[in-house]
Amino acid sequence: MSMGFLPVLLPTDVLLWLLVAALAGYFAYCRRRPHLAAPWVRVLKSRAAIVSLVLLAGYGVVGLADSLHFRRALPPAGPGDATAYSPEVLSVLDLALAHLRHSTEKTYSAPLATRLFVREEIEMPDGRVLRDYPRLRFGGAQLASEADRGADVARRTLAGLAGAALLWGLLGFALRPLRRRFPEVPWGPGYVTLGAMLALAGPAFALSLGYHVLGTDKVGQDVLYLSLKSIRTSLVIGTLTTLVMLPLGAMLGVAAGYFKGWVDDLIQYLYTTLNSIPAVLLIAAFILMMQVVIERHAEWFPTAAQRADVRLLLLCAILGVTSWTGLARLLRGEALKLGELEYVQAAHGFGVSHLRILTRHMLPNVAHIIIISLVLDFSGLVLAEAVLSYVGVGVDPATTSFGTMINAARLEMAREPIVWWSLASAFGFLLVLVLAANLFADAVRDGFDPRVRIGLAAARRAAKEAAA
Amino acid sequence: MLAYVIRRVLYAIPILIGVNLITFVLFFVVNTPDDMARMQLGAKRVTQAAIDHWKAEHGYDRPLLWNPAASGLGKATDTIFFRKSLRLFAFDFGASEDGRDIAAEIRTRMWPSLALAIPVFLVGLAVNVTFALTMAFFRATYLDFWGVVLCVTMMSISTLFYIIGGQYLVAKLWHLVPISGYEGGLDAIKFLILPVAIGVVSGIGSGSRWYRTLFLEEMGKDYVRTARAKGLSEAVVLFRHVLKNAMIPILTGVVVVIPLLFMGSLLMESFFGIPGLGSYTIDAIQAQDFAVVRAMVFIGSVLYILGLLLTDLSYTLVDPRVRLE
Repeated sequence: MSMGFLPVLLPTDVLLWLLVAALAGYFAYCRRRPHLAAPWVRVLKSRAAIVSLVLLAGYGVVGLADSLHFRRALPPAGPGDATAYSPEVLSVLDLALAHLRHSTEKTYSAPLATRLFVREEIEMPDGRVLRDYPRLRFGGAQLASEADRGADVARRTLAGLAGAALLWGLLGFALRPLRRRFPEVPWGPGYVTLGAMLALAGPAFALSLGYHVLGTDKVGQDVLYLSLKSIRTSLVIGTLTTLVMLPLGAMLGVAAGYFKGWVDDLIQYLYTTLNSIPAVLLIAAFILMMQVVIERHAEWFPTAAQRADVRLLLLCAILGVTSWTGLARLLRGEALKLGELEYVQAAHGFGVSHLRILTRHMLPNVAHIIIISLVLDFSGLVLAEAVLSYVGVGVDPATTSFGTMINAARLEMAREPIVWWSLASAFGFLLVLVLAANLFADAVRDGFDPRVRIGLAAARRAAKEAAA
Repeated sequence: MLAYVIRRVLYAIPILIGVNLITFVLFFVVNTPDDMARMQLGAKRVTQAAIDHWKAEHGYDRPLLWNPAASGLGKATDTIFFRKSLRLFAFDFGASEDGRDIAAEIRTRMWPSLALAIPVFLVGLAVNVTFALTMAFFRATYLDFWGVVLCVTMMSISTLFYIIGGQYLVAKLWHLVPISGYEGGLDAIKFLILPVAIGVVSGIGSGSRWYRTLFLEEMGKDYVRTARAKGLSEAVVLFRHVLKNAMIPILTGVVVVIPLLFMGSLLMESFFGIPGLGSYTIDAIQAQDFAVVRAMVFIGSVLYILGLLLTDLSYTLVDPRVRLE
């Protein structure tokens, strides 16, 4: 019996889901400890945090749906054959967007267009050859006459809005018990944001069934589909990098500040050396070298998707190696201060072991710095991906990402008339993601940084307003 | 003071050795020169003879660390490590993979890079400080609030967007400046004005928000209260007292990047066709010219260490309380 599909566990999928599980575990742990929950409660009381959380959740749902991969079974060649699986690795998101994945055109077409963006020779039924913009294979193919497009678009938009409104109402109803339980959370702004997101997504989906909502790119792929696929890459880079950065930065930084002496010298030497190499060059050198290794061992990777995925993971690893130094320096300074405090001295006096002092007394007291800097780094990493992909040392060219989209669309600016939609979509999706991440990071900083709470009133108010 | 500087310079040596080791491991141990030759020659099925020829031509045919075939000192010097890595210490960069002298290339390319990077740095600093000071002056008002919102939005926009958008709008649509290219002398201005403007604008968001925090922190200090208590106007307090003191962290914070201005800007130079070190680096990365990448890594780390030293020295210059021991 064949299952019909073969689950594919890409390394980044596994790590991403582990990260989600770890986060869930952390919040469950926090819930039962008021002193750990307090800063998060402060964060959740901020309107900016709620608005950005709703936006990030939207991105998260798309990204996680794109992180469940499988390979379809091919129809058996003969009776009794072992099931063979297609080499194409698909995700759950691909299933939901199957109509977009298959609806490729020949080349560029504008958003909601019914005809191609470039002229072609069309053979008429009577044998004459005409130079004109040919009709699209998919976009508006359901229309009997192109004059109906306006009415059809309006009808679909309204249907999409109606569906969105229904979903909005249902979600609001489902969230009511939560709302009653946590009245201090500003649900209103979050609910409005959700409504705005649905009001965009609903019509977009309804229209995508008959048109290319954001046009098509050079090889005729739907730009909306590409943009949605890029989200996962951004999330992977923004989150998995921390898996390298966090242990390195936290352990080495705290150890340097706590042990002082030669340990401190050694760790300082390590991060000064790493820091002194320009980050782009270090990443470039590493990625170029790894590319050679990957090419030499093509047999390690059964599918192209798995190879691209390993390269993505390596990019996260090297980004982590270049970015742990900032965290380590911060933590070293903090650990130097903490080490002089009475309670740590007392622990020494009682003969508590170094390991125990580090894990029980030092780490919990620098946790706020770790959390703040992890959240702050997310947006920088997402933006860095675009630049690195432009330089040619980012993700695999086969991986869809905002960087590869921008890189491919860059030359289209020189076309006359200009092809603006792929660039605009990539930058638009990127901007909303990074803006939401930045706003959330601000709210987290305000919630966790003790200086903000006890600091001067003016700075506090200004910081709060900045977050709002 | 002098003793301190000498000690710091000596301290730079182990760091540079470390940098050298990292690049050596990345470039020669992870990948053998054979792999490099295969990649440079391009084709999948190159003959071993072609590889050997390429290696001999570029001097990669020696052993990595120890050459038992050579005599005397040659055992250590006639190796890839000595010839390709240690020679960088003497600023002897050798030739790029296409045979051109890297040092000469760097000497001609650093001027366009500096012509772009220095104005971006100076104008950017002035604009950011002005912007931040304005926000701090109107702190806790709507002007401050919307200023911060603007900053957060601006820092959320990808640099690529500023470059592509600016180039399209100013150069292509309005025809105010040439789209790309470069000329020496005064003609350079018309090629540089747009990249400089874009460089400044793309830095406003993060820069002025950071400086605003510094200003606000400074304004909470006791001497500011004293100044206000003796009846000074808010403008005088801000410009005469706060600005001066807040410039200490600002200046010492930016000193570290001054030497790195030599390296140029990767994105800006490659988008605007400016023949500086940034576009040189990016071309080398894309052509996988490892000799150039190695040289740029080394120069970058030397400049960074120089920046750290200058940072320490600048503390004593702007803040008389700091004494270097």
